[in-house]
Amino acid sequence: MSSEDNFHPPSPPAPLPQAGEGSSGTDSHPRAGEGCVGTNPFAPSPLENRKKIKETIAQWILGAVAVALVVPVVLILGYLVVKAWPVLSVSFVFDNPENRMTAGGIWAPLVGTFFLVLISLAAAAPVGILAGVYLNEFARDNWFTRSVNLAVMNLAGVPSIVHGLFGVGAFVLFMGLGRSLLAASLTLAVMTLPVIITSTREALASVPMSFREACWNMGATRWQTIRTIVLPNSISGILTGVILQVSRAAGETAPILFTGAVFFTPVDPSGWSSFFPYGLDDRCMALSMHLFTLATQVRGVSDEYLYGTAVVLVGLVLLVNGASIILRGYLRSRKRW
Amino acid sequence: MSDYQNTRRPGIAWRGLMDRCEPLIEWAIRLCGYSAILFIFAILFFIIWESRSALFGGVNLIEFFTSTRWQPTSEVRPEYGILALIVGTVCVTALAMLFAVPLGLGAAVFISEFCSGKPKEILKIVIELLAAIPSIVWGFIGYMVLGPIIMWTTGAAVGVNMLNGSIILALMSVPIIVSVGEDSLKAVPDSFREAALSLGASRWEIVYRVLFPAAKNGLLAAVLLGVGRAIGETMAVLMCTGHAVQIPRSPLDPVRTLTATIASELGEAVSGGIHYGALFLIGLVLFVMTFAVNLAADLVVKGIRNEQ
Repeated sequence: MSSEDNFHPPSPPAPLPQAGEGSSGTDSHPRAGEGCVGTNPFAPSPLENRKKIKETIAQWILGAVAVALVVPVVLILGYLVVKAWPVLSVSFVFDNPENRMTAGGIWAPLVGTFFLVLISLAAAAPVGILAGVYLNEFARDNWFTRSVNLAVMNLAGVPSIVHGLFGVGAFVLFMGLGRSLLAASLTLAVMTLPVIITSTREALASVPMSFREACWNMGATRWQTIRTIVLPNSISGILTGVILQVSRAAGETAPILFTGAVFFTPVDPSGWSSFFPYGLDDRCMALSMHLFTLATQVRGVSDEYLYGTAVVLVGLVLLVNGASIILRGYLRSRKRW
Repeated sequence: MSDYQNTRRPGIAWRGLMDRCEPLIEWAIRLCGYSAILFIFAILFFIIWESRSALFGGVNLIEFFTSTRWQPTSEVRPEYGILALIVGTVCVTALAMLFAVPLGLGAAVFISEFCSGKPKEILKIVIELLAAIPSIVWGFIGYMVLGPIIMWTTGAAVGVNMLNGSIILALMSVPIIVSVGEDSLKAVPDSFREAALSLGASRWEIVYRVLFPAAKNGLLAAVLLGVGRAIGETMAVLMCTGHAVQIPRSPLDPVRTLTATIASELGEAVSGGIHYGALFLIGLVLFVMTFAVNLAADLVVKGIRNEQ
């Protein structure tokens, strides 16, 4: 989303001019000494040949490294889907777990994940977006702003389990929420706040300064400018950040482990109430927690069931991510400056 | 003219209200802006507060950092020494970086310098996908897939060990190394590349002789951020490293990390007890470690800005 993309010229074209005198004769002009073997003044010298070989080797090695990153993704996703294929069905997603969680579907944990993500989004998005607005539009370049930026960066680097500990200390015990959906969601919200702040700030920074200046010249105040010019022009970047937050929150386990997620809680099996199985102060199930406990602590779970749970979780996260990538591409193509 | 006014009138009232509230809104924005600092201090405060039972009297701090015996549930004599856990974290992270740094920086150079158009977009999207896979799924893959593979290829007694955890951690921290590394290569002015080209440098020579020295701070920051990510990772190492409190002698030994210890034991620890406090103290150690790494990365990046 950054504006630098537009100014970055493409990397050097594929047929690079060769070094030394050779370069003058390579592409447009026919070689001066064509045919006269031995006297060709433009023939590549041994040094140039070595350089060429080195470059080719380097390019192949680096390319192999890049491909080595693509292969595991494809292999892993393919393997997960293949192993999960026997159980993947509509009823797997929409049924509740049965028989001590070893059969049936994953509806209850899935709904729990939805609730966790939505509530954390409702808490983190307004604060994060306003904080991004502050950092880009209001903050002056002084020591205080620098420390705010440093705090944002470090908040992003705090380990997720430490966020979990903070959630236990602040929300579960201090605020007296107990282990509940609300406490877990707020913990997730704190964890994902820096993602939203950073992407909002970048999105706002990509709005050209001249837009703001034009608006100020019309007599608009700072807030009017932000509301009518800056936010509408940067909404795509902000949305991308918010969506990324969603995908990150959906997959996290460590922060909710001790703040509200449980392996089993009784839920209504069907009907309208199966869509709203958890109150704000209830403990809830979550997909990531479900997968963790099934894989490590429950015996007698069939492999397909485990892989199916993993595939639904990955699918959910990738779906959200894909949506953000598509949205970003679409909005970038419509950019007016 | 009157049509225009009629259609706009309700909006004008609403906007007037918004404008009158402007000082209020500005304050709300400022308050949210300060929230990041507030949360950092709140995290620090609550972790210290909850670790008070261990910090003030319950645990001998010297023993805490120098003993390798972690037996918090022993009824005879519970011991709280996290040296083995720290060594476990450091070893797993270091081995992971051994895989992740060449892969990450290599891919960053390839994407930034040797690749353009469609392949570049595809590579970047795949690396974003790599970053999007949740840590619990990585842990699951290490536990169910990579573990048996390691047992089969190396003949190790257990498949969940340091090597397994490192490979998974490497794959998890590669995306951040690639994206930060690529950004720092992109930040090198094109005049540097053009000057080198006009001197007859090949593309590899540009990368090796020009871009690496020019972008070394950014690349170092990329590696540091990868390290920070690897230290703090919880669920994947909990499932993949084998969970034995010991100082590893080979990459095939199972180890236990700081994060995994908290995740696996906090559920059983009695709230307010010494064990509980000791786990929060481990959280404090982790917080300080990642804070230091992130701060170092930030200072390194600041270093470039000042030079330019």
